[in-house]
Amino acid sequence: MSAVLPRDTLPPVIAPDETYTSISAKVSDATLRRPTGWLWIGGFLLSLLACALLFVGTIWLLYAGLGIFGLNIPVAWSFFIANYVWWIAIGMGGTFISAAMFLTRQGWRNSINRFAEAMTVFAVSVSGIFPILHLGRPWFFYWLFPYPDVMNLWPQWRSSLEWDFWAILAYLIVSIVYWYVGTLPDLATFRDRAPTRVQARFYGLLSLGWRGEARHWMRLEQFNLITAGLAVTLVFSVHSMVALDFSEGLVPGWHETIFPPFFVAGALFSGFAMVLVLGIPLRKWFGFEAYLTERHIGNMAKMMLAAGLFVDYSYFSEIFTAFYSMGKYDVAMTMPRVVGPYAWVFWGTILFNVVLIQLLWFPRARRSTAVVFVIALGVLVGMWLERFMLIVASLYEDFLPSAWGMFWPTFWDIAFLIGSIGLFFFMFLLFTRLLPMLSMFELRKLLAARRGGEAQR
Amino acid sequence: MSARLHGLLAEFADERQLLDAIRHARAGGHYSAIEAYSPYPVEGMDEALGAHRVCVAPWMLLGAIGGGTFTYWLEWYSAVVNYPINVGGRPLFSWPAFIPPAVEMTILWAVLFGVGAVLSGARLPRVRHPLFESHEFERATSDRFFLLVRGDDPRFDAQVAQQFLETLSPLSVLEVPEE
Repeated sequence: MSAVLPRDTLPPVIAPDETYTSISAKVSDATLRRPTGWLWIGGFLLSLLACALLFVGTIWLLYAGLGIFGLNIPVAWSFFIANYVWWIAIGMGGTFISAAMFLTRQGWRNSINRFAEAMTVFAVSVSGIFPILHLGRPWFFYWLFPYPDVMNLWPQWRSSLEWDFWAILAYLIVSIVYWYVGTLPDLATFRDRAPTRVQARFYGLLSLGWRGEARHWMRLEQFNLITAGLAVTLVFSVHSMVALDFSEGLVPGWHETIFPPFFVAGALFSGFAMVLVLGIPLRKWFGFEAYLTERHIGNMAKMMLAAGLFVDYSYFSEIFTAFYSMGKYDVAMTMPRVVGPYAWVFWGTILFNVVLIQLLWFPRARRSTAVVFVIALGVLVGMWLERFMLIVASLYEDFLPSAWGMFWPTFWDIAFLIGSIGLFFFMFLLFTRLLPMLSMFELRKLLAARRGGEAQR
Repeated sequence: MSARLHGLLAEFADERQLLDAIRHARAGGHYSAIEAYSPYPVEGMDEALGAHRVCVAPWMLLGAIGGGTFTYWLEWYSAVVNYPINVGGRPLFSWPAFIPPAVEMTILWAVLFGVGAVLSGARLPRVRHPLFESHEFERATSDRFFLLVRGDDPRFDAQVAQQFLETLSPLSVLEVPEE
């Protein structure tokens, strides 16, 4: 066992001088008492502006139709689907941290899971906009749902697009419920520490009268444990469904059995990246260094690297398989990807998702929050490029050379991408001012476990 | 003692004292209507309270079976009975393709039934409660641990209970009046 570092040499996951009182005070004061800074107001206005772009774009889309985008045959899927896959993938990281790392008893995850769950809810909400608005006649989106109607209209159960609908529906509701029920005790803390009557009323209603009775805790714990198990299943199944949207199609570059696991790895990769992109500034601005320590950032960076290596392996195996099989269409799809007009997308993906993340092997890079932040931001860009590559670079040269054609984004393609980022940050910024950012009761539990350990020694 | 008491509340500084207090209250004081409040789920509490198992899991199982079975049945009914349509010679009952929606609904309904069980078992949501009138009790959600001996306990006598709670060396003993 000498090769393994003894646990005590690792820095603690909560600073040693923290108490139950200081945890409750610091986390709730960050939301309840801290004055709204200029930085927040600036960010909020900026995100509001981007939301306005999304709003105007949606009105224009409903009026004019899908022709406002650069879509055409053969490229009938592009930005919208890339955005959709990108956002729902980001959500997966939050659920994985919250659920899988709960089941594997990774105590350090207790300081990350709350804002990661919030991130999941917001990312999934944003992602849901895209497939619906992409329907052509979005106002009939409820036809996906099997309701009794006079048209005798039923959904096509054999289609992966229909499976996708059920997957997103279940995932959105489950992540909201898991997040909210887990936050109840922290909302009760807010209620009891609220400086004004209005705030006390607000959080009093939100916390549903939670008091922290032992039998209530037992119910909550049982629920959290089982839901965590189900949520892990959900992460893998939902993103596999997203992948099946492609795999079920007969397009070379899509019709691959590797897609479900490959997409799940990509989802975790970008999800961990987004957690880092959100967590590093949160830690700095709200003074959470005592709970989000360097060890957290380092661990998250390692997990991001691990997920990234899975993704890299998939890139390698995709290209290798194409040439090993010498399938005419597979090679004809792979070569233009690497050297064709969209080569810059491919090489951009390689740069951000393969090359840059290798820096994270070095402990010095993992210890620098600035380096980790920049790499994580790069991963988010890289993952978007990868989705664009998978979708557009597989479509633009289809089976009939006479139909080949390039895709060029229009103003509105880009407006919806920026708008969706704005909407996400709009919701996340509101979250930082209104709701508990860290899970206080789970931090206290961590502290209690540490005290128990000290007492035994 | 004019107003009817909801109960007596003893305040403690850490979980160990609370756990000891509960054991004493059950063994020495012979109280059965006791409640324990803590700012986080304390390990060993179920054993100390002698609380029988909570029943969230069975409800979740019921929701899972119900949600999954109903969705799968609906797919079969719509595709085979209500509107059979031949799509490229595929079997009407394409059972493998019907699994994914049923799986998702299994998970969704398990979780929804679970929330129902958590809230209804804890008698939540609740806007008013005698404990919310106590200023000191506000720390139960931050950093203090409370033991409540309820007034409806058959052995409850305010004076005796007060004396008994004092022997547990709490930080304070508080009266909680009924609303």
